[in-house]
Amino acid sequence: MNGPHDMGGFTGFGPVIAEADEPVWHDVWEPRAFAINLAMGMTGSWNIDMARHKREQLPALTYWRSSYYEMRHYALINQMVALGLITAEEEATGRMLTPPKPVRRVATADMVPGILAAGGPATRPSNRPQGYAIGDKVRARNITPEGHTRLPRYARGRLGEIVAVHGTHVFPDSSAQGQGDDPHWLYTVRFTGRELWGKDTQDSVCIDLWEPYLESLA
Amino acid sequence: MFALMNLVGDIGGWSIDEDRSACESMAPGDYITSSYYEHWLHGAETLLQKHGLATRDEIASGRAATPSRAATPTPASSVWPAVTARGSYQRQARAPALFEVGDAVRTRNIHPTGHTRLPRYLRGHAGEIIAVHGAHVFPDSNANGRGEDPHWLYTVRFNAGEVWGGGSSHLIHADLWEPYLESL
Amino acid sequence: MPHDGHHHDHDHDDEGSELSPLALRVKALESLLVEKGYVDPAALDVMIDTYETKIGPRNGARVVARAWTDPDFAQWLKRDATEAIASLGYVGRQGEHMVALFNTPALHNMVVCTLCSCYPWPVLGLPPVWYKAMPYRSRAVIEPREVLKEFGVTLPEDKEVRVWDSTAEVRYLVIPERPEGTGSLSEDQLAALVTRDSMIGTGLAKVPA
Repeated sequence: MNGPHDMGGFTGFGPVIAEADEPVWHDVWEPRAFAINLAMGMTGSWNIDMARHKREQLPALTYWRSSYYEMRHYALINQMVALGLITAEEEATGRMLTPPKPVRRVATADMVPGILAAGGPATRPSNRPQGYAIGDKVRARNITPEGHTRLPRYARGRLGEIVAVHGTHVFPDSSAQGQGDDPHWLYTVRFTGRELWGKDTQDSVCIDLWEPYLESLA
Repeated sequence: MFALMNLVGDIGGWSIDEDRSACESMAPGDYITSSYYEHWLHGAETLLQKHGLATRDEIASGRAATPSRAATPTPASSVWPAVTARGSYQRQARAPALFEVGDAVRTRNIHPTGHTRLPRYLRGHAGEIIAVHGAHVFPDSNANGRGEDPHWLYTVRFNAGEVWGGGSSHLIHADLWEPYLESL
Repeated sequence: MPHDGHHHDHDHDDEGSELSPLALRVKALESLLVEKGYVDPAALDVMIDTYETKIGPRNGARVVARAWTDPDFAQWLKRDATEAIASLGYVGRQGEHMVALFNTPALHNMVVCTLCSCYPWPVLGLPPVWYKAMPYRSRAVIEPREVLKEFGVTLPEDKEVRVWDSTAEVRYLVIPERPEGTGSLSEDQLAALVTRDSMIGTGLAKVPA
């Protein structure tokens, strides 16, 4: 989707303001909101691509005006309501009005270090042949999917070169829609700034792109 | 706000392109969450300060603190004639048109830091010239106070399928100046 | 991004009158989720403590210092950064597939995530606010040199700036150039020169005083 999250190439958001000696949290609710989000992810009710897609589907104004933890909190609420884990009324009142739904896992304190250390690798075996090799010239397809995609708008239709091959990874466009991992070859593609922006520059941008986003130049 | 903006534009002597450029200079979050006439207000405040007609404090307080730069207010009697006068952005062409109706063109993939009327979604796409409008004031120059720099203006037709990929079949038309285009 | 009403007091007592509407909303959701049995409050405390005290940019600085002093380790990082970094004990969430980007006199690397805020947690901790905010996410790919100038970094024109947009689950760690005149420093002293920003690519390693 061409959502508010697809930020690359926008201008007008002002200067980058870095805070000196920035603390990990900026308000009391931030660590709680962060941990709630992480803990609900651990229940296995959705995957990382579904969570990202829910954030992208927030109204554009909410997305742009909220801080990071605030934005994630709103998306989490929407996700849980959509799945029936909570109701909107329960969220508004903070009181349980409907019985809980079964979830795959509830992380207890002793489980947390192991879960965080294990992470969630995105590599998956696949029988698909590798379509491109390092050095190949490719074009990012000009596609405008309605659902989730990780092909940024600024790269669509642009010419690049494969600079790394990462094996076969979960394909977010499928995974975010609950259509399975559908693993595809993942590449890093280097685009020149001249090709992306029409600017006279020798700088470049490297983007991780799955094979379905690419086409040969032939 | 509509009336005020028209009057201060008249007094201040800036162009519609400078005006659009000032309206676009709002922070994106503010731009999108404010109404159309709030964009105009932001534009007017920006330009009044830029052209030395009012200071930031004066705008905040609504009171004049410094003598104004010499400017002649528009009398009520001249408003109606000004509104109904037929302003034109067409200018004398300085060179023959590069394209004619039926020509296949591609929009340039450019990302100017200043004002432009070439929308991002149409950059780098193939289309066809379907109308030639003569030479018109070029906003990319006029907005930045660099003069009117007139260029040939065309209506270009695009297939939505070419613009967005996929099977969309509707047509999109945009008025584009010659510097935005290259031959296919 | 605006964060009005900063509170740095983590032992803040929970009097409703002091909490913002959002803070109250988060608190209400936490009690609801606990009541429903989806989350264990003690588990939340462990998560917060992990990212507050155990995981941060000091981890990444040790990786860089080791790469500067041990050519075999540097080679390993280039070949398989995930395994090389894991050998120092830094593993897990948001660092499952690591790639190390080595700066050279001809090349400066800089990392962004234009689509969300992907960041290598095990080596850098949670990202700073500016990394997640719209100005950096929007501008890093189109005008990296202007962004670098805002960080006080001006690079020679003939040095390529290569921006890495983290669109997949691959996470990038920049290995900054080792500063001149650091030949006699120990690995610990070197690690102290490695700033968080130098490992994102918006800064350079510090020069010893």
